[in-house]
Amino acid sequence: MTNTLLDIAGVWKAFEGNSVLRGLDLSVARHEAVVLIGASGSGKSTLLRCVNGLETVDAGRILLGGDLDVTAFKTDMDAVRRRIGIVFQSYNLFPHMTVLDNVTLSPRKVLKRSSADSIEQAMALLQRFGLADKANDYPDRLSGGQAQRVAIVRALAMEPELMLFDEITSALDPLLVGEVLDTVRDLKAGGLTLIMATHEMGFAREVADQVCFLDAGVVLEKGTPEAVFGSPQEAKTQEFLARILK
Amino acid sequence: MSGWPVPRRRTSRSNVTLVTSATTAPGAPEVYFDPVRQAFRRKRARRDALVGMASLLGFVLVVGFAISRTSGWPLVQETFFNGSEFIATFPGLLDAFLLNVRIFLIAEPLILIIGLLVALARDLRSPLLLPLRVVATLYVDIFRGVPTILVIFLLGFGVPALQLQGVPNNAVFWGTAALVLSYGAYVAEVFRAGIGSVHSSQRMAARSLGLTSMQTSRYVVLPQAVRNVIPPLLNDFISLQKDTALVSVLGPIELLRQAQIDASSTFNYTAYVGAALIFIALTIPMTRFADWVQARMRKRRSMAGTA
Ligand SMILES: Nc1ncnc2c1ncn2[C@@H]1O[C@H](COP(=O)(O)OP(=O)(O)OP(=O)(O)O)[C@@H](O)[C@H]1O
Ligand SMILES: [Mg+2]
Repeated sequence: MTNTLLDIAGVWKAFEGNSVLRGLDLSVARHEAVVLIGASGSGKSTLLRCVNGLETVDAGRILLGGDLDVTAFKTDMDAVRRRIGIVFQSYNLFPHMTVLDNVTLSPRKVLKRSSADSIEQAMALLQRFGLADKANDYPDRLSGGQAQRVAIVRALAMEPELMLFDEITSALDPLLVGEVLDTVRDLKAGGLTLIMATHEMGFAREVADQVCFLDAGVVLEKGTPEAVFGSPQEAKTQEFLARILK
Repeated sequence: MSGWPVPRRRTSRSNVTLVTSATTAPGAPEVYFDPVRQAFRRKRARRDALVGMASLLGFVLVVGFAISRTSGWPLVQETFFNGSEFIATFPGLLDAFLLNVRIFLIAEPLILIIGLLVALARDLRSPLLLPLRVVATLYVDIFRGVPTILVIFLLGFGVPALQLQGVPNNAVFWGTAALVLSYGAYVAEVFRAGIGSVHSSQRMAARSLGLTSMQTSRYVVLPQAVRNVIPPLLNDFISLQKDTALVSVLGPIELLRQAQIDASSTFNYTAYVGAALIFIALTIPMTRFADWVQARMRKRRSMAGTA
């Protein structure tokens, strides 16, 4: 068995004639944490959404676990999404359900788990991330940090092989960013494979195994955090880092 | 719904009012009112209530007096507010009203079902189901455009005239069917607006969790959509309660028809006033209930906004 969990090759994606991804390649190993950085509009969100089939690609191939072709016409996208979790900048919790129901909904309906099993699993996850006392609250009673952690727990409850995080701290009060990043750190330590688009460079440097700098729809430069942040080779990377680290 | 704040327990200690929520440690003041300020507030509220009542009473007395002094009043009273006529006709009116209630109770659930199904059909994206979508759209276009009373005429007089085998030619049946068709089109649009009011990110989040399109509608979109349209739906209910009277054009003895019979046999219109009172007696509680629901939802929404 190969150690590659996700293999993205030559992916193109355009919106209304405007190409956002231009033959992008990226390979993610199991247990690896990949951080996507790049200017606003460079295609980070679009890439993540293509990976779990929320957008269809125009060309190229995305292979999950060496066997499942996300981009094939006949692929069941629901099956893909069962194996890949995604968390968005806006938490998108379901406002009409309690925290517990938010977390147990898809294990019950998609994985057909019993109510008791999914509650037990959800409570264990909520406990692990310090959210057990919020289980019966509605989302409108949560702080931004709590809401985002619940969104992470909700995705984790599906036991995904791969987690995608799209700027999950961008909507948060600076004081609440830490608790969400702690959660990600915890997941990384637990060996979860994850791809994360972020503007938190300090965190990227700390948690990433691989940093990818996206520019104009391709991965312009990638490497270890030391390499990309320490001695960026491309002029555009240097410029971007100089701007954002200022 | 447990999204609401826990009821607060008020405890008075000496002059200071402590409001302790169930979750904070007892004794820790969470809200503190200056007693002087509080007494002033209470006094002002009492005064406002008294002034309001006095003003309203004065208004009623003045208007009542003015009306009763006009030269035509005795005739008006005799024609519209005749006590003995009222007593004679009211029980019969109430009896006839049962038919309105029956029509309403049968029509309303059917309207909700048709409205929901048509709203869902109009948003179908599968090419195979295009016919369904076209039919649903045509239905809404037609029945929203035609006056309800015209639909009642068409079905109530038209269909029985065909003398089809096995088709009922009962006026109440066709009158109710016409109301259902007419209101179904309105309610379908209300539901559709509700579905549209659920942000697309909710659907995206649900799909990303592996839920199918159907499951997403069923568990995520529809519950929120229905909640959002409860106030306008209640409005349509109120309107339907009144419109049950339209069935009278087909002849069945419901409330309006009964009042008409009473009035034309005595040339006194008190029965109409009695009928109006009965309709009002039902719609006022419904209207208050709709107001209450609306206020509650507004409060909830503004709370969600600050969370
Ligand atoms: N659904 C869409 N329809 C049209 N254009 C889109 C759509 N989604 C993204 N785009 C465009 O694609 C480009 C890349 O967007 P994307 O959200 O992937 O960038 P990003 O790198 O995530 O930026 P940010 O850091 O601001 O989140 C932008 O120019 C955006 O306007
Ligand atoms: Mg983005």
